[in-house]
Amino acid sequence: MSVIPLPSGRNVPPAAAPGGRGASALPWLAVPALVFFVGFGVIPLIGVLLLSFTSWDGLGDISVTGFDSWRAVLADPGLPHALWVTFLVMALSWLVQTPASILIGVFLAGQQRYRAVLAVLYFIPLLLSSAAIAITYKALLDPNFGLGAGLQIDVLVQDWLGEPALAMGVVIFVVSWQFIPFHSLIYQGGVRQIPRSMYEAAELDGAGRVRKFFSITLPQLKYTVITSSTLMVVGSLTFFDLIFVLTAGGPGDATRVLALDMYKRGFQANLMGPASAIACILVLVGLVLALLLRRLGGRDASASQLEGA
Amino acid sequence: METRTTSRRTFLSLSMGVPLGAALAACGSDGPTRPGTAASTGGGGGGSSATYWYLSTQPQEGVRTRTMERFNKANPNGTIEGTTFQNDAFKTKIKTAIGAGQAPTLIWGWGGGTLRSYVQAGQVDDLTPFFEQNQQLKDRLFPSSFGAATIDGKIYAMPCETMQPIVLYYDKRAFEKIGAQPPQTWGDIMDLVPKFNAKGIAPFSLGGQSRWTNMMWLEFLFDRIAGPEVFQAVFDGEKDAWSHPAALDALGKMQELIKANGFVKGFSSITADSNADQALLYTGKAAMMLHGGWTYGSMKTDGGDFVSGGNLGYMNFPPVDGGKGDPGNTVGNPGQYMSISSKATPEQKEIAKKFFSTELVSDESVKDWVGTGAVPIVKGADSAFAGSPDAEFLNFVYGIAVNAKSFAQSWDQALSPTAAEVLLDNISKLFQLSISPQQFTSNMNAVIGK
Repeated sequence: MSVIPLPSGRNVPPAAAPGGRGASALPWLAVPALVFFVGFGVIPLIGVLLLSFTSWDGLGDISVTGFDSWRAVLADPGLPHALWVTFLVMALSWLVQTPASILIGVFLAGQQRYRAVLAVLYFIPLLLSSAAIAITYKALLDPNFGLGAGLQIDVLVQDWLGEPALAMGVVIFVVSWQFIPFHSLIYQGGVRQIPRSMYEAAELDGAGRVRKFFSITLPQLKYTVITSSTLMVVGSLTFFDLIFVLTAGGPGDATRVLALDMYKRGFQANLMGPASAIACILVLVGLVLALLLRRLGGRDASASQLEGA
Repeated sequence: METRTTSRRTFLSLSMGVPLGAALAACGSDGPTRPGTAASTGGGGGGSSATYWYLSTQPQEGVRTRTMERFNKANPNGTIEGTTFQNDAFKTKIKTAIGAGQAPTLIWGWGGGTLRSYVQAGQVDDLTPFFEQNQQLKDRLFPSSFGAATIDGKIYAMPCETMQPIVLYYDKRAFEKIGAQPPQTWGDIMDLVPKFNAKGIAPFSLGGQSRWTNMMWLEFLFDRIAGPEVFQAVFDGEKDAWSHPAALDALGKMQELIKANGFVKGFSSITADSNADQALLYTGKAAMMLHGGWTYGSMKTDGGDFVSGGNLGYMNFPPVDGGKGDPGNTVGNPGQYMSISSKATPEQKEIAKKFFSTELVSDESVKDWVGTGAVPIVKGADSAFAGSPDAEFLNFVYGIAVNAKSFAQSWDQALSPTAAEVLLDNISKLFQLSISPQQFTSNMNAVIGK
């Protein structure tokens, strides 16, 4: 430690001190995270990539078959369909979740006490497991024994999970129901970061609620929107459990997303090679989307938005 | 200094141990449950015990647990440790466990294509010598049940539990309502459909999301129209076997029935695992249901007085007008199967073989199975039916199984897992009317022999 006592320490920010405690400790703090990332992220990823060049039924010996699995997957008309369904789920769930989350987030960012209670209530769906949510909705939507039939409300008696379009709608609804709380929380945090002074200035200029929302809140939330959207988009690639329990990809293959397609090939049809190829495609799609969203947010997307305020 | 270290160690062990312990405990309560092991697994480390995974559906689970418990009581030095799973979870779990070399000693299953994949991977023991030494045991079981256990002339699994042909169930009350008789031919079925729909009763219940439920219809239609040879050709890997004219005929007939609203509204979102399809029958919402013999037991337990009140009727699938198949034929599960993992220790294998030759098909187990309304695969099991309240149904099933010229194994069990998945997928699309019979046959021809 060669910290020279400075006569006026106030002028030197602690983090900027060369060889200071903070600077040298930081890389070491990243080691545990790095170890876990390599152990549970990178190594399995390499394993999957290798598996995609083999033929394996999950039971016997693994034999190397080169690009056979990739050729089989890329030639399969099921792949474009699964990709289309995946993107549809992604786009629709973004369209439903984002406006709702922003509105709820802005509302919850207020200071009154009852909002804290509401925030807890809103948050409950996120605490439930996807499987439990899916089973519950499946029971509620059952055309013969569900909510509609029980209360004898004819509008609710639909073949919710048996018609392709309706089933897609139900999936989007249930996904949104589960994840809007999480994104609301992000937006709530974002809104609370906006300096009060901006609102005070606007109020002096005579701006109303709506004007303040569109002219201050929304522009200030730009980076929060990008963060939340990235999480939504990349997260939607991994929707599996909920759809698996709710529709099992059906009716037919109407809601068979890529992740489900991978599972079915790997663990139901015993085709680990093609399943691994799909897993690789899934990783690629996720990477490309995340990078695109970063581009969309500009270079300084990860910088603090407070600096310009 | 000393105290400091201790306290940090305690802290570490707490921080590491608690979440881990909690996670493990959560696994235990969430996933598999372990019945009947409290008495048998005491004193860790002593003799090795064989492991056994089985399905948790009642009333079958109870019989399996009691059979195992009786064995453990008689053999305190070499016991079996059981774990139960749900149906679909089990299928994935057992495959993954076998692939990872973590299989239980006793591998329970349905024989056929899945067993073949275990055999090809060298994961299960050849039991032919065992059956040669235990000829009595082999003679005790129905010969037809050995078909699905035999791969390339060798027996790899012990047939056990029950014969489960697919049966056409019907609600007598529904037929009284429309003043009609149960169908004698396929034509009768098509005639009944509008009559039931007019009365607001669904003609047939179906748990279509499970997919294999739809498959039972095709199995019967194929058999009744052309006999078991058509699917046999598929099974044997003959080129373009699905293009048989009888196949197109059967698939077309199937879609006709669906288009005529033959099935309950929303059938493609109903799963069979939750028994919702059976509930539709016993609550009077549907008039008929084509389903496995195993559903009799659950309708008896769940259906109130539906079964005990004599409202449940049952029959073999009717012939199709002009069809060549023998109307006495049946399809379904000729039995359940238990193999021995080749990765098990010699002690575990001994325990498993002892279980096979003693308790698994003992008289007491037979009685227990009969008590659930099922027919054990043991010859002469009908002698145990006499006092049973279900004697009529049991004799019916026994009669089907004994008299059937062909007792075909369920297609998805007979085929390899790869081909079965494509089959189930295409069946669900066929029932969704999103592919034509021609598309179905060409999609299926592409995976013959895979």
